[in-house]
Amino acid sequence: MSSDVLFLQIFPYVAVTIMVVMGIYRNVNDRFTYSSLSSQFLENGKLFWGSVPFHYGIITVLVGHLIGFLIPTGVKAWNGVPVRLYVLEITALAFGLMALIGLVTLAIRRLSDPRVQVVSTGMDFVLLLLLLVQTVTGLWTAVFYRWGSGWYVQAAVPYLYSLFAFKPQIGYVAGLPLVTKIHIINFWALCAIFPFTRLVHLVSLPFTYVTRPYQRVIWYRRDTNRPAPNPGTLPSVSQGAGVPTGLGHSDFYGRMTNTGWQGAIHKDAAV
Amino acid sequence: MDVRAQMSMVFHMDKCLGCHTCSIACKNICTDRKGAEYMWWNNVETKPGTGYPTLWEDQDKYHGGWTLKNGQPRLRATDKVRGFTNIFFQPYLPQLDDYYEPWTYRYEDLFDSPEGDDQPIARPVSMVTGQNIDTIEAGPNWDDDMGGTPVYAENDPNLRGLSPQEREELFEFQRLAFFYLPRICNHCLNPGCVGACPAGAIYKRGEDGIVLISQDKCRGWRFCVSGCPYKKAYYNWNTGKSEKCILCYPRLESGQPPACFHSCVGRIRYLGVVLYDADRIEEAIKAPQGDLVEAQRRIILDPHDPQVIAAARASGVPDDWIDSAQRSPVYRFVKKWRMALPLHAEFRTLPMLFYVPPMLPVIAKIEGGTYEVSDGDIFGSLEQMRLPVRYLASLLSAGNEELVRESMRKQYAVRFYMRAVKVGDVDKGRAEQILKAAGLTAEEAQEIFYLSSLVMYNERFVIPPYSREYNIEVAELGDVGHRTAPQTHKGETGIGFRKPARRGA
Ligand code: HEM
Repeated sequence: MSSDVLFLQIFPYVAVTIMVVMGIYRNVNDRFTYSSLSSQFLENGKLFWGSVPFHYGIITVLVGHLIGFLIPTGVKAWNGVPVRLYVLEITALAFGLMALIGLVTLAIRRLSDPRVQVVSTGMDFVLLLLLLVQTVTGLWTAVFYRWGSGWYVQAAVPYLYSLFAFKPQIGYVAGLPLVTKIHIINFWALCAIFPFTRLVHLVSLPFTYVTRPYQRVIWYRRDTNRPAPNPGTLPSVSQGAGVPTGLGHSDFYGRMTNTGWQGAIHKDAAV
Repeated sequence: MDVRAQMSMVFHMDKCLGCHTCSIACKNICTDRKGAEYMWWNNVETKPGTGYPTLWEDQDKYHGGWTLKNGQPRLRATDKVRGFTNIFFQPYLPQLDDYYEPWTYRYEDLFDSPEGDDQPIARPVSMVTGQNIDTIEAGPNWDDDMGGTPVYAENDPNLRGLSPQEREELFEFQRLAFFYLPRICNHCLNPGCVGACPAGAIYKRGEDGIVLISQDKCRGWRFCVSGCPYKKAYYNWNTGKSEKCILCYPRLESGQPPACFHSCVGRIRYLGVVLYDADRIEEAIKAPQGDLVEAQRRIILDPHDPQVIAAARASGVPDDWIDSAQRSPVYRFVKKWRMALPLHAEFRTLPMLFYVPPMLPVIAKIEGGTYEVSDGDIFGSLEQMRLPVRYLASLLSAGNEELVRESMRKQYAVRFYMRAVKVGDVDKGRAEQILKAAGLTAEEAQEIFYLSSLVMYNERFVIPPYSREYNIEVAELGDVGHRTAPQTHKGETGIGFRKPARRGA
């Protein structure tokens, strides 16, 4: 078995399986561990020059890759005009550089600040290292093997499609330069460690914030229909466990989905 | 009318002796954990002073709370756009050093040091890094009792409204005065922390209005810390989750007051249910600044009013909670007697912790070598308080000085009247006049006197029955059918974490 088959064909499946299985396991079993694990509270200055360029850079580049993956024809058409190709390449390069600068700053910060060291785990460094490899190989590819945005959609995207279709065709990427291959393999490595790292902060992005009311009220139970019991008898409406809806309390959701200033939800409905 | 019940609080500042017993009780129960050492969910500040975290009241620095923009309430720290663009780095997040670096001492060195010429000492070490701290530069009560000092007291943001002359007088040695401001989470009706949380992890409990952070849903985006103008949401640097005062709800649910209330030596704390109209919250937070306190009082409902009772029942408030609201000491201090005022109403969060302002001694002058307390007419002396009314108004009534005066007049009047009744060395007729001028009847004065000075445990803390066990049982077996316990209710019924709450990777 050639190393290409091992790293470009078998490893991706192993990595994605680990990501999915362990990701679900952690999501079900260990929700408490999901956090950005922010260390801004302990160190503020260097974090700004690290976290901000890194995140804006990496997210833009990542979204770029995703667009190429989802609508390769669109990218091809865009790149048909040279000026547009240059604009795309230079923009991508700039964001990639931003990510790199941020990443290096983050790494230096984590290695040098005594307070941040207290909250640093081995995994933090492994992750920073892999991300560093990813950005450096990516930038290397962009600079030396142009035009990446062109052949990304010609080679890497079909390769990814073939993997997704369970008909792996590593021929698309087997001939790429070593650095670019490392870029691809390292991506699968990042997938594999995903559920074991702080990267899980990616699957808890707070998009619901956009639409929800600013205020949130959660009721264990609110029954606005039933007559209240007499004092001294057992109160049927107050603090307690969630009661399923649709049990003759017709008004239940009517009030639960209150859209007033204090947006209210029922505990059972709370995600 | 959408009537809701709120666990509300009154702190009688005139009775606070600054002993910090409340803080210690809280620390022992709630924040004695790694990552929480620096937190004081309950703290007691000296005023004038800079507080904890330093200068928390200065929203030009911290950008907490709400403001009105084109008549609409807006968070100063964040909104639905900045909640994403500022998520990677938050411009207004207080730092550990804005609180203080928690430390302990190497006590073991006192015992384990090898024999030598010098006494061994216990060096201070950081509870964050474990490293030696050469000079401790800040602590949780660093400016305790430092009223009148140029370093701390002079930087109090509430002094900004004072004239240069008033400021100067305030720091004259003979006039020097300070008082204590005990603070916990206000369990606001319009909390900044809830509004700021992108993850939606923070919520108000519908039944009693306690504001909680779901530790499972918190993702450490830490906007709550910035959003709360009182800086009562804290980031646990170890677990990567934010935490805040839970009003000891497990104690409340078993009929006990929160630990800080229970342990209060000066008996300054009162706890009880207040009914309010949730439909009018928006109206109350949009009020003009001078009217904010009154607007908040307006949405607090009279639990004796038959219409309110009917509406409360229709809104699902149980009868025994309505009964509890009728006996609430908070309702009386806040609405009936109009003596207790919310802290910094101008932050527009509708805080549900109210303060009876302190009756600092009136101005004394040294004349002919002796201390002369100005007598004059009793209300006139209000203007000569050592701490200007304007200062207290900045703290407690969003600048509305009349509300502070009203509360002070009542306190003075009750004292004067009770002196006439109990000691008899002042004229009863005059005392009654003063009562009337303050807007009180003799019965009310007696009641205020009783609730301020004599009142016992069960009247200070009026806790409604939470009936938690019963409801769990109902949910499991009762009218609901076959939900089998206790698996079904994990996470809902106080059977919380299935795994130890450890920091993630
Ligand atoms: C798209 C939404 C994302 C959000 C909202 C987000 C948010 C955050 C936040 C709040 C932190 C904590 C920063 C602090 O210490 O205060 C963080 C850290 C981090 N994020 Fe993200 N992130 C995102 C995407 C990503 C992506 C795409 C990656 C990498 C592929 C990434 C990798 C990291 C790493 C490695 C750290 C740790 C930095 C350190 O060493 O301190 N994030 N992120």
